[in-house]
Amino acid sequence: MISARSLFFSRSARTFLPILILVLLATAPVYASLYTLISLSNVFMYIVLTVSWAVFSGPSRYISLASAAFFGIGIYVSAILGNVLPFPVVVFIGGLLSFLVALLVGLSSLRLRGMYFTIFTFGLSELIRHSVHWWEVNMTGTVGRWVVAVDQTIVYYAMLIIVMMTVLVAYTISRSRLGFALRGIGESEDAADHMGVSVNALKIITFAISTFFMGTAGAVMATRWTYIDPSIAFNPLFSFMPVLMAIFGGIAQIVGQIIGATALTVLADILLTKFPYYYMLSYGVILVAVILFLPGGLMALQAPMKNWYERSFVK
Amino acid sequence: MSLTLFVDITVGGLILGGLYALIAAGLSLQYGVARVLNVSHGEFIMLGALATYSLYTLFDINPLISLVITGPIIFAIAFLIHNTFFQRLRRASESIGEFEGTSLLASFGLLFIIQNIALLFWGPDIKGYTYFDKQVNLLGAIYGANRIIALLFAVGIGLGFYFFLVHSRFGKGIRAAAQDVNTAQLVGVNIHRMLGLCFALGALLAALAGSLISAMFELTPFMGLPYTIIAIIAVVLGGLGNILGSLIGGFILGIIGNLVTYLHPGLSLIAYYAIFLLLLLIKPTGIMGK
Repeated sequence: MISARSLFFSRSARTFLPILILVLLATAPVYASLYTLISLSNVFMYIVLTVSWAVFSGPSRYISLASAAFFGIGIYVSAILGNVLPFPVVVFIGGLLSFLVALLVGLSSLRLRGMYFTIFTFGLSELIRHSVHWWEVNMTGTVGRWVVAVDQTIVYYAMLIIVMMTVLVAYTISRSRLGFALRGIGESEDAADHMGVSVNALKIITFAISTFFMGTAGAVMATRWTYIDPSIAFNPLFSFMPVLMAIFGGIAQIVGQIIGATALTVLADILLTKFPYYYMLSYGVILVAVILFLPGGLMALQAPMKNWYERSFVK
Repeated sequence: MSLTLFVDITVGGLILGGLYALIAAGLSLQYGVARVLNVSHGEFIMLGALATYSLYTLFDINPLISLVITGPIIFAIAFLIHNTFFQRLRRASESIGEFEGTSLLASFGLLFIIQNIALLFWGPDIKGYTYFDKQVNLLGAIYGANRIIALLFAVGIGLGFYFFLVHSRFGKGIRAAAQDVNTAQLVGVNIHRMLGLCFALGALLAALAGSLISAMFELTPFMGLPYTIIAIIAVVLGGLGNILGSLIGGFILGIIGNLVTYLHPGLSLIAYYAIFLLLLLIKPTGIMGK
């Protein structure tokens, strides 16, 4: 007999469920409406931002608020090169440029610890936003740019592929020596250093890898918005949301990050259409409530739920 | 450079700098002592400014009198916020580093909450009022009288705060706690009361600056964040945790900002960020740091 327990908690379910979801998502353009596809691409975007943010900031505990900068770089690559080069090349360049900028940023800033790193990254992405704005106004003459539109189904598949790549890389890193070293840095950077971990090199390379995916996601999503300007592309919300989503779902596990990103994106969709005035207010309340009452995120509810289930249904 | 231009830039810089100094000193109290890098700091400025606006337009209350009305109310609200939210977070955190991270995120939440409540209350439109805008001539440079008054009040409040910090018993306790919380506790500083009061005092300074700003600039529920950023920069300039340094940092930033605005109006924010990032890279302990 298939009980709910074997559906959600058993080992076979853990391998079966992701495959089922993946098959459903891969075939979605066949049966789902255009609206569903667009919403799903949006969910994918936040999954990429959240998981790639957490690749570096999760284990190392260096809270980066620069996601918007790297996402925005991808968007601008798409706007500038979109009608010159083929779509996949543009997307790759978006990622590559983010990666290179992140290397530079990492080289100069990862000596900064704790709070200094966080405010540095925030300042950096605001500096980029204001500089691009200044450049566009004074040099180009217009604030905004048009982006060549791409078919929604292609956007959908591109985002799905990027999500899979991000999750795969995140998973591989967390299981590798690199992942262990990063967790060591998060626990105690000095101790990790003394044990022979080349602290700075590892931080910089992981940080740069994580931003590659943000850049590609930006390059893809830009084609969906068709019009962009610096305050859209470098919106600070793209820096805050991944942090919020990772914490909401459970920062320690990739599944938690995905659940957090999905839940909050869907919630945002509902709030924006039903209660536009309370949208940001409810986000603030959720953020504060999660930090206060659910520091482990939704994933922390898993164990108590399992317990409750076993106590009440499994005799 | 002619004398008039020099006076124009210096006095303009001092006006901005005086307000920035108050705002930065407030954030410095919150971060240096209470260890909350309060990103919602600017929202208390916004609350102070919009409340002053409403008191003036609805009840015809003089903005300088509303200083003593809005200030204490915001002080009380901030005290309550600290002793419910942040106190709880602090107890739940394993280390002070962890608390700094979580309290930073919680203050982002607070930013969204305060900003959107203000949005429901005041609406998104730009507001402003004129108060005492008689022109004053200083060696050829012309200012609205309300700006000069704002400068005088900012300097007065700043000096008052300085003497309170340096000479009063409570001020000494605050400085001791900023240096080392545990040792301060050992020599008899009541830390739990101190932390809440410092957070509230920081918000009070923000609210006072907000009241002074209200007659000078356009007011919206979104006006807070730029001030928060300026405050963070000024605090880093003076050295994180160095309250007196942040007062100086505020003045320096105001003068630089006014100078850059004079040279090229669009560049002041970019200049702030560029100074800020360079400072973090070259001398993260600030100009007063060792």
